[in-house]
Amino acid sequence: MSLAIKNLTKVFGQQKAVDSISFSVSPGEIVGFLGPNGAGKSTTMKIATGYLPPDSGSVEICGIDVAESPTKIKGLIGYLPEHNPLYLDMYVTEYLIFAGRLNGIKGPELKQRILDIIHLCGLSDEQHKKLESLSKGYRQRVGLAQALIHEPPVLILDEPTSGLDPNQILEIRKVIRDISHNKTVLFSSHIMQEVEALCDRVVVINKGKIVADDQLSRLLQNRAGIVLIVEFKEEAPLSQLREIEGVSEIVRLSANKCKIISQPGLDIRAALFRFAADTNLSLVELKMEEYSMEVIFKELTGAESKL
Amino acid sequence: MIQIFKKEFNSFLNSLIAYVVIATFLSSIGLMMWVFPETSVLDYGYSEMDTLFTVGPYMLIFLVPAITMRSFAEEKKMGTLEFLLTKPLHDMDVILGKFFAGFVLVMVSIIPTIVYYYSIFLLGEPQGNVDTAGVIGSYIGLVLLGGIFCTLGILASSLSPNQIVSFIIGALLCLLFYSGFDTISTLVTSGTLALNIKQLGILYHYDSISRIDR
Repeated sequence: MSLAIKNLTKVFGQQKAVDSISFSVSPGEIVGFLGPNGAGKSTTMKIATGYLPPDSGSVEICGIDVAESPTKIKGLIGYLPEHNPLYLDMYVTEYLIFAGRLNGIKGPELKQRILDIIHLCGLSDEQHKKLESLSKGYRQRVGLAQALIHEPPVLILDEPTSGLDPNQILEIRKVIRDISHNKTVLFSSHIMQEVEALCDRVVVINKGKIVADDQLSRLLQNRAGIVLIVEFKEEAPLSQLREIEGVSEIVRLSANKCKIISQPGLDIRAALFRFAADTNLSLVELKMEEYSMEVIFKELTGAESKL
Repeated sequence: MIQIFKKEFNSFLNSLIAYVVIATFLSSIGLMMWVFPETSVLDYGYSEMDTLFTVGPYMLIFLVPAITMRSFAEEKKMGTLEFLLTKPLHDMDVILGKFFAGFVLVMVSIIPTIVYYYSIFLLGEPQGNVDTAGVIGSYIGLVLLGGIFCTLGILASSLSPNQIVSFIIGALLCLLFYSGFDTISTLVTSGTLALNIKQLGILYHYDSISRIDR
């Protein structure tokens, strides 16, 4: 296991920020760590990187206990904290050299690494600028570059795309995807599209507890029904539609149009078609909307699930 | 450790702190040694450097906390402490790196005053009539004092994420440790207890190493 968290608990005053959570990430896996604000994502990551001590439980990185040899594991992790700490009075290359030297990389090797990483993170045009003059998106890239400089086997990224514009989000995602093929990545987010775009697996945390830990595809299948937008030529007969097997919820959008949500794991399209044929209604539109991660997220974290 | 030292020292140079500190220290000490009549060596008439070694510590009480006030306070505020502490370093590397950066800056500002020694050496009548051994002792005392002030300043800096609070706490701690215990001891009537309290302060030992007669 590249990363194993066992019964981790952290208490701040009265509040249990993290409440005996356990999960592990195998080498080469990209895991999305999901949860609403204040769920304990950052706290878990800070403990995993050795920045905060846990109140109980343990974290192992590549089989080494974080509490026992913190210095050693810090060399194995590339960490991008939530607020992306940068020394704003440094230049981009200066900052990367500093980060590299702190990780014990020297001389020609460091030079080569910095060239590679600047290219990888798309910083070529900005490399001679001061950090304070960079835009948020480029600062985020420098933060990512800093985390990657020593080629760590484990990457921990705390909301790597927060506050970026849509183009920048796509670019950062591309960087993460490019580097992730031989690394273990744990990244936190509260943006669902991101998780859908990047992850194999998601761990959902709410109020310090894990509420789901599964393959993304399975989570989608088990938790989510499908959403259909249906339009008839005539007025939609809601009460009759409700009786079709597998329909869990119907919302009228207009006189002839409605939104039908199926029960998890059931495809009701064929049944709907038969219904239309049997009742002599003309089905003019049948559009499927994937039941997205967002709904699952709301369901799992207890927020109001209104479509 | 060496990396942190370099980074800190560079940031002193980049942010003008170093130049301002050195300029303030040297110009005020220089004015007192050579220009202001009450403390000037030329008016005093004896070939001594006592002005430097009695006024110097009080200058350092204000300058050293100004150097060190940002060391941890700013890192905390900017979140860069999280960056440093999640790198494969021991805490001691970070602390020592910051300490030596401040300490070296203090030494750099003290070193040019050796010129004063040479001037007094030449001005003495007969030439060379200076208590050289006393001056060497005083320099050792002053440099070590700068070191102590750096540690106190860094301690103060780690107590608060606000630089101004750090500066004030730092200056207060320096003053307390330098002459505070000396002052407290005058309030105590018992002779041995007073001496013991006095010995807790730095001034007692500083005077002893400088051979300054007060």
